[in-house]
Amino acid sequence: MEHRVHNMVRRAATAFSALSIVTLGFATISSGAGASGLTAPTAGMKPAQSVGKGEGTLNLIAWSGYAQPQWVKPFTKATGCVVNAKYAGSSGEMVSLMANGGAGQYDLVSASGDADLRLIYAGDVKPVNMALIPSWKQFRPFLQSPSFNTIKGVHFGVSLQFGPNVLLYSTKTFKSPPTSWSVLYSKKYKGKITVPNNPIQIADAALYLMKSQPSLGITDPYELTQTQFAATIKLLKAQKPLVPKYWGQASDEITLFQSGTVVAGAAWPYQTNTLQAAKLAVKDTIPSEGATGWADTWMLATKAPHPNCAYKWMQWVSTPRVQAEQALNFGETPANSLACAIMNKLQAGGCAAYHADKPQSYFQSIKFWKTPLTTCDNGQNNCVPYSEWTNAWTQIAG
Amino acid sequence: MRAKAARLGLWLWVIGVLVFLFAPIVTIILFGFDRSVIETWPIRHWTLSWYSVAWHDPQVRSAFVLSLKAAVAATILATILGSMAAFGVHKARFFGRDSISLLLILPLALPGIITGVALNSAFRWAGITLSLWTIIVGHTTFCIVVIYNNVIARLRRTSNTLLEASADLGATGLQTFRFVTLPTIATALVSGALLAFALSFDEVIVTTFTAGAQNTLPIWIFGAIRLGQQLPEVNVVVTLVVILMFIPILIAARLTGSDNFVPRVRATRIAK
Amino acid sequence: MTTSVDARGRRGPHVSALARTRWRTAFLLSPPLLWFLVIYFSSLGLMLVTSFWSVNGFTNLVDHHLTGQNFHQIATGAYPAIIGRTVLLAALVTITDVVVAFPFAYAMARVASRRTQRLLLVAVLLPLWASYLAKVFAWTSILINGGALNWTFNLIGLPSPNLGFTNGAMWIVFCYIWLPYMIVPIYGALERIPSSLLDASADLGAPWTATFRRVMLPLVLPGLVAGSIFTFSLTLGDYVTPLLIGGANSTLVGNAIYENLLTGGNLPLAAALATVPIAVMVVYLLVARRLGAFEAL
Repeated sequence: MEHRVHNMVRRAATAFSALSIVTLGFATISSGAGASGLTAPTAGMKPAQSVGKGEGTLNLIAWSGYAQPQWVKPFTKATGCVVNAKYAGSSGEMVSLMANGGAGQYDLVSASGDADLRLIYAGDVKPVNMALIPSWKQFRPFLQSPSFNTIKGVHFGVSLQFGPNVLLYSTKTFKSPPTSWSVLYSKKYKGKITVPNNPIQIADAALYLMKSQPSLGITDPYELTQTQFAATIKLLKAQKPLVPKYWGQASDEITLFQSGTVVAGAAWPYQTNTLQAAKLAVKDTIPSEGATGWADTWMLATKAPHPNCAYKWMQWVSTPRVQAEQALNFGETPANSLACAIMNKLQAGGCAAYHADKPQSYFQSIKFWKTPLTTCDNGQNNCVPYSEWTNAWTQIAG
Repeated sequence: MRAKAARLGLWLWVIGVLVFLFAPIVTIILFGFDRSVIETWPIRHWTLSWYSVAWHDPQVRSAFVLSLKAAVAATILATILGSMAAFGVHKARFFGRDSISLLLILPLALPGIITGVALNSAFRWAGITLSLWTIIVGHTTFCIVVIYNNVIARLRRTSNTLLEASADLGATGLQTFRFVTLPTIATALVSGALLAFALSFDEVIVTTFTAGAQNTLPIWIFGAIRLGQQLPEVNVVVTLVVILMFIPILIAARLTGSDNFVPRVRATRIAK
Repeated sequence: MTTSVDARGRRGPHVSALARTRWRTAFLLSPPLLWFLVIYFSSLGLMLVTSFWSVNGFTNLVDHHLTGQNFHQIATGAYPAIIGRTVLLAALVTITDVVVAFPFAYAMARVASRRTQRLLLVAVLLPLWASYLAKVFAWTSILINGGALNWTFNLIGLPSPNLGFTNGAMWIVFCYIWLPYMIVPIYGALERIPSSLLDASADLGAPWTATFRRVMLPLVLPGLVAGSIFTFSLTLGDYVTPLLIGGANSTLVGNAIYENLLTGGNLPLAAALATVPIAVMVVYLLVARRLGAFEAL
């Protein structure tokens, strides 16, 4: 019997050995595609000097909701560019789809702050001529050349919107708004809490520990030493019994709240909008500890096949009107300072509701998402890198 | 009496399975008429407006056409390659024969994400632009096993005496294939091709990484459900697809269910 | 040269027939195998080789020094539980689908009239065209608190089962999604059993159970195995259903791979995890072979 099993395994192994020979030949491509050093390979490329006639097509990689008919239809009507949008589920997915400069397929990607630098240093995106985007001058100063999309004065894209991760709660359970993220870690709401199924959730826990356990000395939720990291993981493991489901996409969390399965959770303002539109008793708040958040940029693929349509799109989505529409639709804060008035016109109090009237200090209070590396800002090399964050998150959510 | 009870039990079971099979389909159809984008049971406000939205959505149309093209091409390729593999393995005795089914099953057994990313980096390395053709290549890869499995199971159940008889009676290899082998495996081919078609038409994970900028229907659906704003439209699109597919499936079922394709195989089985 | 002609001539038609079979086999097998080698295995192998490498935490680049670190990692922490859960679920789904599908397929193949048979086949195949994602979503809305299932239970005076976002929900949905892939091959196998064979068994005085076990089951086994390969392997590799309808303890191998690959950029660990389903399928096919599923035909 054993002999027979042996034989079978050997036969299977023979079949497999054939394939490993084939593979060794191009085993190096996995590293070749990554970033090397800290120079942007495309920084020297000369950006377009004028925008020509549209090519008739525009291919986008976008977050869901970033290419809504509301502003895509008039764009196509005005420019003749038919928009194909592929929605990505995560920053990682965006980066892999954009590999090799968008592979001659994609023109633009609506990347978040963490993916921006990876795309820039991999040479997958190229410089954009801001002189061709008239509305750019109306942007708030801190979003004209932010460090996440502008390197040494070279712009690799045009800022779009930003927003905080908020605390969403049921007003039936909470008569007054919770003032601390501590509700997400409180045994009082066992089985009634949800948080995103995403390793970056570790940063949310670290942000909470920054204030609640100052002795840990956390200064940046994305730069954690082993001790700080361990304490954060401990907090998240203690949180686990409270969580019936870690939400993967916005619609999951909407279902969780709508069905009354949970009463509080970390969310995007988008979920609040959708639930409130369906007349559900929920509200959101930014607790006293502050919030993590995102800042998105439309970035131009190095091998963009439809550059004219891409420029026309960047011009279009930067205009106050479209900025306001997207801000209200998704619940974000627009980059264009003139969008505020239009937001109020479209929805009473819309500007203030999405913080479009706030000064730069509001922007700075949000801890924007970035990729954790071993190098910390304090110059030391003892921070926990992102691969370990992912691994730890699998241990928690698994 | 007992036989009667057994028969009744059997039919009750069949009805139970049918309810199980169609409960979500009915749910999908019903929620296509729900005015609210958030699905709450029971439905409070009914509307037909999502049908108009779905019908006039150009993205849905182009995605449907692309999915159809990919699935048809992948099914044809997989049918050819899968049945070739089945005939080759069935006829011959050779070293490593048993590992072939393992090799063919891998694209199904491995998480689609692995297949997708592996194919994606290989295409990139080879300088191949992602297009309809790369989708077809990806789909064919995991559909081959569906055909292979069906055909080889049928071949193993078919006695060789039939083929030998044909040869003894002076038929050429081609004639034997056309008049004996093909009719014997035809139903297995049709049902295998149907399953392969369904698998390809509905695949989302591998496709994400092998498709170009154009969306297939499942990719459009995944994008549309992420934010939960277009659920009713998705339900309407799915309802329309099911209605559209009813006729082809009925024809296929007629083919597989009919006796025309399985001539006198039964008799030979008894003789064996 | 002459010798070979001589040798061939002496041995006569036997050798040429053998040679012909060989050529035929080569002709039949090379296109599908080439397809697999060139397109699939070359790209897959490239990925699997990385499982012996590691990711440099400093640059996030792949470090090409051979290491067993990834395999050590998947043997510790939460991974064994994730792997165990995945295999157990795949097995459970397969067994459930066999139990659900068999009587149904039997009724279809051997009891129903031609007309009913055709209708039932359509009924099995039709749900395949309702998008996978839409079906999982429909199940979510059925199973959640306040969903149609609780509603129905309450209507007939039963307490709410509250199945939404649990491993139980995942089990139901997987059984549902892959059920047609089990029914079709079992039906195909049952349909081709000659009635006379079953009659003969009964005539010879075999009780129903013996006819089932000794006559029907061996004949249906290939179809059953073909079906189980789908249900088992498709469950093994899925990551969307746990994402949509699973709870807090529903991570499967597919999810762990997705996260390490696309979120964490840890290709080597993802590749090491991908060897798990391969190993499981090898064992599965070995067991199927031991059971005689590939031979006793």
